[in-house]
Amino acid sequence: MFSNLANLFRYRGLIQSLVARELKARYRGSALGFVWSFVNPLLLLLIYTYVFTAVMPNNTEGVQPYALFMFCGILPWTWFSSSLAESANSLIAGGNLIKKVLFPAEVLPIVSVLTNMVHFFLGLPILIAFLLVYQHYPRPENVLWFPVAVLVQLVFTVALALILSALSVHFRDIKDILANLLTLWFFATPIIYPWFQPSVRKFHTFFDVNPFTHLAVTYQEVLFFNEGPVGHWKWLLGYLGIGSVVLFLAGYWLFDRLRDSFAEAV
Amino acid sequence: MTSAIELDHVYKVYRRYGGRQFSTLKSALLQRSIVRSLQPSETFPALTDVSFTVTKGSTYGVMGRNGSGKSTALKLVAGITKPTSGAVRVEGRISALIELGAGFHPEISGRENVFINGIMLGLSKREIQERFDEIVDFAELREFIDAPVKTYSSGMYMRLGFAVAINVNPDVLLVDEVLAVGDEGFTHKCLDKFAEFKRSNKTILLVTHSLNLIERFCDEALWLDEGRAMSHGDPKRVVGAYLTKVEEGEEALLAATTARAVESASRAATGRDVQEGRDGQDGPKGRDGHDRRDGQDGNEQSEHPADPTSNMFQATEGRWGSREVEITDVAFLDRSGQPSFVFHSGDPISVRVKLQAAHPVDDFVFGVGLFNADGVCCYGTNTYLEELNPQRLSGEAEATFVIESLDLVEGTYKVDIAVHKIDGFPYDYHRLLYTFRVKSRIHDVGIYRPRHQWTFSPTVQFKKPLD
Repeated sequence: MFSNLANLFRYRGLIQSLVARELKARYRGSALGFVWSFVNPLLLLLIYTYVFTAVMPNNTEGVQPYALFMFCGILPWTWFSSSLAESANSLIAGGNLIKKVLFPAEVLPIVSVLTNMVHFFLGLPILIAFLLVYQHYPRPENVLWFPVAVLVQLVFTVALALILSALSVHFRDIKDILANLLTLWFFATPIIYPWFQPSVRKFHTFFDVNPFTHLAVTYQEVLFFNEGPVGHWKWLLGYLGIGSVVLFLAGYWLFDRLRDSFAEAV
Repeated sequence: MTSAIELDHVYKVYRRYGGRQFSTLKSALLQRSIVRSLQPSETFPALTDVSFTVTKGSTYGVMGRNGSGKSTALKLVAGITKPTSGAVRVEGRISALIELGAGFHPEISGRENVFINGIMLGLSKREIQERFDEIVDFAELREFIDAPVKTYSSGMYMRLGFAVAINVNPDVLLVDEVLAVGDEGFTHKCLDKFAEFKRSNKTILLVTHSLNLIERFCDEALWLDEGRAMSHGDPKRVVGAYLTKVEEGEEALLAATTARAVESASRAATGRDVQEGRDGQDGPKGRDGHDRRDGQDGNEQSEHPADPTSNMFQATEGRWGSREVEITDVAFLDRSGQPSFVFHSGDPISVRVKLQAAHPVDDFVFGVGLFNADGVCCYGTNTYLEELNPQRLSGEAEATFVIESLDLVEGTYKVDIAVHKIDGFPYDYHRLLYTFRVKSRIHDVGIYRPRHQWTFSPTVQFKKPLD
């Protein structure tokens, strides 16, 4: 297992060019091309802004401007959820490679996660622009926590992606279950409502167990609340950080265990 | 003499689908079917105890019917799948031409796909850069290299895939029936490339249905059948053994086809007899329509069923007649008198007909007609045309039509057998019910191969045949 893990580093060139290929292929033939990576989150943010200021104004204390608050959580959530949805299907979609070429299968879910990470990064300028427009400047020392959160999320997402992709080769139902599960998960995470809402505090044990709570809250604290994950970093690094590494190793072990069955079952 | 590829008592067992394996995660966890080993009833042996060694620098051919395990063997060597037990050892860098262009992304250009495909096959970016021109020239795609791959024709797609894979510069090249790709010119180029590989002392493992290629190209060959190694060694010998086995298979198939045809025709004939009373005379006329009236023998009775030439374009099989004299068995006998369905061009063949007369008759004619697969009558005759005057036939009888030399070209032939009255009234008429195959190593054309030879003046010279 560990020699395979070491190989993963060797495949970086392959991963890199596959990510580049996915990005190129995604917008190939469209008139705006790469601009879509900026336009999509921009339109999303504009819609939220309009809905929650004009249609059904959300005046919850402490989360104003609400659209900006929500956007801080939605952007990383989109990375997370579309990574999982794509990687669950990645081995089946790349069946040709697995069956016909000697190809390191773990590259495929990792590429799904990384491709979506690039989209996440491309959404960041929009977020920054809106922070400027609302004159809502995060503190520089807090922003240092941002890459930490991204790294933790990356490890966590890759771990889940490996597990899901390996299992969904054998259990095709996972793909459909996952779509519903992700919707549920989205609403069970303080993304469109703040974690300090009394109704949330009441069930704080439940929210503390949900790993994505800590990521969403960290992003919100760093970018929106100007607090930095003061006191929250224990959760982020302790529970989620270490947990993700353990989960990654477990996920990789499972993937490695099932690896030989892929070429036959895909 | 070091070995490049070594398979040592390799078994490969696939899971048999259909019986639902762990269909849900729950049952998988409950029955622990992820970890427990599979029951024999759930598995299918793709390879059973296969061992072979390919020496470095040699070309090794693997042949066998569809589903004999050739591709599985290749995948094991490539490392795409792992053997269930046994060991596979390969020395050096492998490039597998199993599926060409696997991993091409349709939306991006040929150029970008070359790079990504190259990286997948283990090249670095710089190495691809160096070989890029060679790859594009080999694929003959210079004009289109910047077009998205989805616009390529399947031939272009395969050519590009082939060009990348072959330029990986492997030590061991695995080829799975890819020469069917591309036109004549490209196939030649591929063969040249293989020859170049051979010269530079690289190892090639070739899976193919082309026995010709194996004989011409390979230093050694392996014949797999149902996952077992049937024979390996000298290609000529292995190909010979394989062909013998294929003939046996064809025999069985033709025997089954014939038995089925006779049975269904007889059943149909009995059914019709019930319907039409036992008016045998009406049978052939009603059945065969006007085609039968194109008789060439000038006989007043132009629906003379014994004249096969009149049925030239009539290819419906069937059986009719009064059965006063019944054909009970028809067999093709080979040189040694054994029933057979496969003959070689130039072999002797005897058509043995067994008959049973319900009561003695004094008016009878035996007829034989020989048709090729297109329904063209190759030959037809009967005892009446050959001026044999019938006197008496009673009880069990046997008639044998002996051909000393079957001078036909390769193909499948069907035979009419009939016994009827001189005026054409059929006792038992078997139309195209019997099939045999003629095989030939020479692929000449036409129907009839006259005994022949070539002679030349000394000024005409031929090369010695390649061995």
